[in-house]
Amino acid sequence: MKFKVRGIDTFASTGGRPFDKNKPLIVFVHGSGLSHMVWVLQTRYFAFRGYSVLAVDLPGHGLSSGESLKTIEEMGNWVGDAIEAVGCKQASLVGHSQGCLVTMECVAQHSEKIKTLTLMGGASAIPMNPELLSLAEESNPKAVDLMMDFAHGPAGHFGGHPVPGLYHLNVGSMIVQNKEIKDTLGVDFRACDNYKNGPEIAKKLDLPTLSILGAQDRMCRLKDGKILADYIKGSEVHVIENCGHMMLLEEADQTLEILKKFILENDPIK
Amino acid sequence: MDPKTYKFDTLSLHAGYQPSKNAGSRQVPIYQTTSYMFDDVDHAAALFNLERGGHIYSRMSNPTVQVLEERVCALEGGTAALATASGMSAIFLTIMTLCNAGDHMVVSSQLYGGTVNLFRLTLPKFGIKTTFVKPRDTEGFKKAIQPNTKGIFGELVGNPGNELMNMPEVSNIAKEAGIPLIIDSTYQTPYLCRPFEHGADLVVHSLTKWMSGNGSSMAGILVEGGTFDWMQNDKFPSMTEPYEGYHGLSFAEEFGPTAFTMMARAEGMRDMGPCLAPQNAWNILHGIETLSLRMEKHCSNALKMVEYLSNHESVAWVSHASAPGHPDKELAEKILPKGTGSMIAFGIKGGKEAGAAFINNVKLASHLANVGDARTLVIHPASATHSQMDEATLKFAGLSHDMIRLSVGLEDFEDIVNDFEDGFRAAKKPRLVANK
Repeated sequence: MKFKVRGIDTFASTGGRPFDKNKPLIVFVHGSGLSHMVWVLQTRYFAFRGYSVLAVDLPGHGLSSGESLKTIEEMGNWVGDAIEAVGCKQASLVGHSQGCLVTMECVAQHSEKIKTLTLMGGASAIPMNPELLSLAEESNPKAVDLMMDFAHGPAGHFGGHPVPGLYHLNVGSMIVQNKEIKDTLGVDFRACDNYKNGPEIAKKLDLPTLSILGAQDRMCRLKDGKILADYIKGSEVHVIENCGHMMLLEEADQTLEILKKFILENDPIK
Repeated sequence: MDPKTYKFDTLSLHAGYQPSKNAGSRQVPIYQTTSYMFDDVDHAAALFNLERGGHIYSRMSNPTVQVLEERVCALEGGTAALATASGMSAIFLTIMTLCNAGDHMVVSSQLYGGTVNLFRLTLPKFGIKTTFVKPRDTEGFKKAIQPNTKGIFGELVGNPGNELMNMPEVSNIAKEAGIPLIIDSTYQTPYLCRPFEHGADLVVHSLTKWMSGNGSSMAGILVEGGTFDWMQNDKFPSMTEPYEGYHGLSFAEEFGPTAFTMMARAEGMRDMGPCLAPQNAWNILHGIETLSLRMEKHCSNALKMVEYLSNHESVAWVSHASAPGHPDKELAEKILPKGTGSMIAFGIKGGKEAGAAFINNVKLASHLANVGDARTLVIHPASATHSQMDEATLKFAGLSHDMIRLSVGLEDFEDIVNDFEDGFRAAKKPRLVANK
């Protein structure tokens, strides 16, 4: 659905159901250069099980207008505003990769609005390889190829997508290339590289938190994901074996099962 | 720093399959089953409602067929693919997903005869009309576009006359009009050309041909490039507006670069059901494992054959994009740098009668209605594959009565030549009799 956040046209997938502000809300926040489309194997399930779902396109991404926000802090604040813009008081947040930094920032800035937090493929800091960062800022398509290479585990490189017929390396690539690379991926990578608040914020988090990590993640390595989870008081951690950074696509079923259990326990439908 | 994603030959052998998820089986198993057990009622509901991936019923998807779909998709550089029972069903499914009654297509006139008949005779029954344009008439494609045109369709190298469509330029015309370009790339396979890199939005194949190479099984496939923005205009309401069949789902919004394939499967396979048998998918997968090796030999044998035929006293003309003086040679070198394929059309001196004598007297070359087999194949299109066309349509499609269509195989070249010499000798005899 389209709605306005700070006066800018914003798109969010509602998982194929009309949005209802009276249902418990789950907000999904994508990673660098991506869009709502990466969440399709998680959002529709909740949308048809009594939840309202918003898989947002951050400004300048996917089907949202405006320019990409330049810092993780701004993005976190924007997510809080988006929740308010749709008339909701609270939401559970789910972030992937950069979306983990964004959702942690959102909790830090809008703690009263957030009920639970799920971090997929996260780390407390995501420093970028300088060459990859330069390529993205130059809109070089090689940046996307490298990102897809790093983002998928060894098994993911062979394919075998849960949705028959999809070749997910190319799906991710096309989502990123839907926009000018430097304006989305380039800006996002720079924002990740600059962001240093992760450890401090993570230590202060005080809400039900779930970390889903890929055993063979090369973007945010398993050890870094575990360090982040250790910072967060009482964080639940699940490691998916034989899986890279894109667990939401590579192992969509396992990811959904873990998320489902966590959400149903911590943000149940009343 | 370079990406370490797998390259073409590796993908030909491995894409779409993980042994660890299949009892360690190194070869892709044949899942000979109609249906799949649900974990519980909730799992079933989620699968039926496209909330999660998985298999329900083999009309919609099958694990063996899925490997084929992903493999071809990876080789083409696409986002999603849907395998079908034949190449024709892939085309039909594509057009039925794209168009509604009252819509219009712009289509290259030089096509396989069955495809011509689909657009000329069958699709009008569903209210879908077509304007045919000669493949070299690039401006003609632009002029033929109407407000209700939903796509441009063509074979890159037309069957059987070997005329090339200028894919990059026609793609620009399609982009300006906000409609997709659909390329039947059967003749090329992704080894010779990846149409998405030249502006195509959707690709279809008859996998029965070179992709398989073994002549054992029928199969087709639709591949999506993920490049087309279905939401750029209001031409494609079935992609962009809420679809009643899935509780108001908008395929374009939800699935973005895979929307077309998702809809073709969810609606087309559900309602029309031209599904591919897993055994056939497995047979095709075997062929794809050696695609590069076979295409190299197909192309090298074809080059030698063009030279042989061009210098033969019994041959009136030869059409192959590698042939000296072929009007599309320059374009072919740009789009098909690895080779221009193994389909050759040639005219035999003595016309239809000589053509029949030639075909009746070759022994190694097989006279049949297929192309792209590992074996050399010949046919006389005017009396076989394109026989349901009237004179005017034959002429418009670039066919003549002296034309022999040759699909060059992988045999030793000298053996093919010896066989052809027998055919040419026999073809001369009727004329000698006539001259008396």
